[in-house]
Amino acid sequence: MSIVLEAHGIRKQFPGVLANDDVSFDLKKGEIHVLLGENGAGKSTLMNVLYGLYKPDGGEIRVNGQAISMSSPRDAIEHGIGMVHQHFMLIPVFTVAENIMLGMESVRGLALDEKVVAERVRELSRDLGMELDPNAYVHDLSVGVQQRVEIVKALYRKAEILILDEPTAVLTPQEVEDLFKIMHDLTNRGVSIVFITHKLKEVLEVADRITVMRGGKVVGSTTPSEISEAELANLMVGREVSLTVDKAAAQPKETVLEVSNLRVLDNLGTVAVDDVSLTVQAGEILGIAGVQGNGQTELVRALTGLARVSGGSIRLDGQEVANASPRRITELGSAHIPEDRQKDGLVLPFPVMDNLVLNTYYLPPFSQGLVVHWDRALENANQRIEQFDIRTPSAMTHVGTLSGGNQQKVIVARELSRPIKLLIASQPTRGLDVGSIEYIHGQIIKRRDEGVAVLLVSTELDEVLQLSDRIAVMYRGKILAVVPAAEATKESIGLLMAGITEKKPA
Amino acid sequence: MSEEQGPKKTRSFKLPPQLVNTGLVPLLAVLTSMVVGGLIIAAAGGNPFAAYAGLFEGAFGSLNALSETTVWASPYIFAGLAVAVGFKGGLFNIGAEGQLAFGAVAAAWIGYALPGMLGADIPAVLHVILAVGGGMLAGGIWAAIPGFLKAYTGGHEVINTIMMNYIALNLTSFLLNGPMKDPNPMNVVARTPLIVESAHLPPVFPEFRFHWGFILAIGMAVLVWWLLWKTTLGFEIRTTGANLDAARYAGVNVKRTIIVTMLFSGILAGMAGAIEVTALNYRHELGFAVGYGFDAIAIALLGKNHPAGVVLASLLFAAMRNGATRMQFLTQIPVDVISVIQALILLFVAADTVVRYIYRIRSRDERFSLTRGWGK
Ligand SMILES: Nc1ncnc2c1ncn2[C@@H]1O[C@H](COP(=O)(O)OP(=O)(O)O)[C@@H](O)[C@H]1O
Ligand SMILES: [Mg+2]
Repeated sequence: MSIVLEAHGIRKQFPGVLANDDVSFDLKKGEIHVLLGENGAGKSTLMNVLYGLYKPDGGEIRVNGQAISMSSPRDAIEHGIGMVHQHFMLIPVFTVAENIMLGMESVRGLALDEKVVAERVRELSRDLGMELDPNAYVHDLSVGVQQRVEIVKALYRKAEILILDEPTAVLTPQEVEDLFKIMHDLTNRGVSIVFITHKLKEVLEVADRITVMRGGKVVGSTTPSEISEAELANLMVGREVSLTVDKAAAQPKETVLEVSNLRVLDNLGTVAVDDVSLTVQAGEILGIAGVQGNGQTELVRALTGLARVSGGSIRLDGQEVANASPRRITELGSAHIPEDRQKDGLVLPFPVMDNLVLNTYYLPPFSQGLVVHWDRALENANQRIEQFDIRTPSAMTHVGTLSGGNQQKVIVARELSRPIKLLIASQPTRGLDVGSIEYIHGQIIKRRDEGVAVLLVSTELDEVLQLSDRIAVMYRGKILAVVPAAEATKESIGLLMAGITEKKPA
Repeated sequence: MSEEQGPKKTRSFKLPPQLVNTGLVPLLAVLTSMVVGGLIIAAAGGNPFAAYAGLFEGAFGSLNALSETTVWASPYIFAGLAVAVGFKGGLFNIGAEGQLAFGAVAAAWIGYALPGMLGADIPAVLHVILAVGGGMLAGGIWAAIPGFLKAYTGGHEVINTIMMNYIALNLTSFLLNGPMKDPNPMNVVARTPLIVESAHLPPVFPEFRFHWGFILAIGMAVLVWWLLWKTTLGFEIRTTGANLDAARYAGVNVKRTIIVTMLFSGILAGMAGAIEVTALNYRHELGFAVGYGFDAIAIALLGKNHPAGVVLASLLFAAMRNGATRMQFLTQIPVDVISVIQALILLFVAADTVVRYIYRIRSRDERFSLTRGWGK
């Protein structure tokens, strides 16, 4: 098979980080080449170089054997390279067809012939087996469908090389399966695909070849038949990692959180949390399993004061906190790792330093009243960066420029660095790489062992099973059952998650 | 990441890329506008070099010219700060114009009518403080109302501050033509009587119009900077402005913060009006201080919502306004060309992609953000 795309000795320096250090990579016609690496390994940087978005500081790029130089994605598109970014680049208020037309040169005069484009988009997407409505507005589409728009957009521009940057990070398992089908279909037509991920299971499922990056360098190249999941993990992280969690038996003590008959409405006014009662003891982890959208989000928001409670009671350390303000709940000793870290947990344009005092800026030692002592906040930030191994050029770096794993570490560092009685962790490792997951799991267990009551909410069943001491399954707003983790199996919890409660079939 | 020993590291608060964003891009926007403005002047048959020389002379050519430039600049600074504070808190206060008018009306009333109402003279210092303070309060309340509506009903502040502008400007017109009209039988103008001398903010030098208001304006810029970046309240305002959800998560009372931000913004706008009355005109007149509240939006944008930037942008706008007359006198190029240049500046600052493209400046972290990417 011929090599369609080749990068040789790519170097790319960012302020404080050498994101790509002498990286070489090649792609053969019709293959799926997985680029694996932890967050921050430099995968997106390499791909942005190949797509003409970043100018490399050194190295050479060849397409079909010919050395080329690119100054913008336009050049890449001309060479048949298409890319679907980790962060979408669609304009939400435009239709699918308009988004696909956007920035195209093949416009006759000024009259954009939208009808013609729409028709071709419809044909092309049908042909690829992923029916798109060209007249739908992008903001009305699910993430999975938006992703297809991006793929069709690239193919519409005659891309023969497709770069998919962490496409599965936000997809449901079913959407992931569909995407893999589309990818195989494309490779059968001769399209070559670079697929970026840090999820090990996916790698072995779809890859023809695998290249692993770490710390800006390529650390290995292999094929699925030559390597196991555990070996891949070690290669990616650079040390032995355990894909399982080691923990001692829980020593539960007094009740810290007591929820009775809780009712919460979602923003449309329908009942999202329906008569939920549960308790969490100091020194134990109660895991809440459930398919996304079964009321877990609203439950957590109510417990943390971010959503109105319409019935029932919440007692934290003996005090009633239903409809209390988030600040009061925090001050009573509750920590919250929010589900959507970028929306709720961080102020992206602010420095790491500010984000580390987001909810303690008004308390000693940072402030006694009106004035904030930023020198102390900086000192605090430098300590946390060291202690929690947050990879950032400095405490003054904007948090939005850090990788997802490091953003999450900022939140974890902030929430776990004050005296707490209760930790509410919602999807604490979503979208993170193996190393970060291992680290955050370790921190949660550590707090449990120190006597913190932990409420863990996760849609990853494996995560709930590994960490929890007791497991509650949420389905359509109700808690269907609470079982000791020792008695739970993937199958039994899986059935409950689907709403099936009968022990034996009739 | 090498191990850093201890927390004592260099405190590099401002990084070069930020300097590019907040310094270089606005500067290039101004330069580009001047060039385009020059082309327009040339196209109209004028000599752009002579025009700009005249402009410069009119703005900085003599002590008096300098003094006049600061006279123009002080309301720009107050009003520019007002808009910038709003922006920092995520609020677009288009209502500075109306808040400023009310500030002027209140200061004028306290200046000419209050001693009569009390039936006693007011000591000078106290009277000035009352007049300026009254103007600040009037502007503050006028802005706090849309703030309240935003916080408790979600009513958008852009719409509501525009509405409040209409009310304020028409009410001002009514007051100056009616109840507050200068009763002097010779007067046909919509204006208040002169304020009494005890309410005058005295000139710094008797021979120039340069007044304490300009110094107060610089002081306010420092105060705004301190408040926004050094206090808990400022942190709450900036956090609410940058990410409302995160502010709520962090326990900030966002409703209160929104109202306080608007109040503070309106206080600054009101101060702009009050200072014009107590330090310069000694009365309010319909047609005084018109357009400052709108120019302030351009100034805040050009100053990147930073107090220092607002001061610089105000000085620039003031110099252009002040120098324009001299330019017209020397070269017969109409002063309107200055409005065109100011509009161009605003355009280039608002659409800074254009400037970045012209000068090949990469965006701050080479990341595009048209949408929020993965998952909503
Ligand atoms: N535009 C940028 N400016 C500065 N640093 C960046 C930029 N993009 C990425 N980085 C840094 O370069 C490194 C590699 O990032 P990236 O290529 O996004 O990693 P990956 O995609 O493998 O998660 C990280 O340390 C990241 O913080
Ligand atoms: Mg990436």
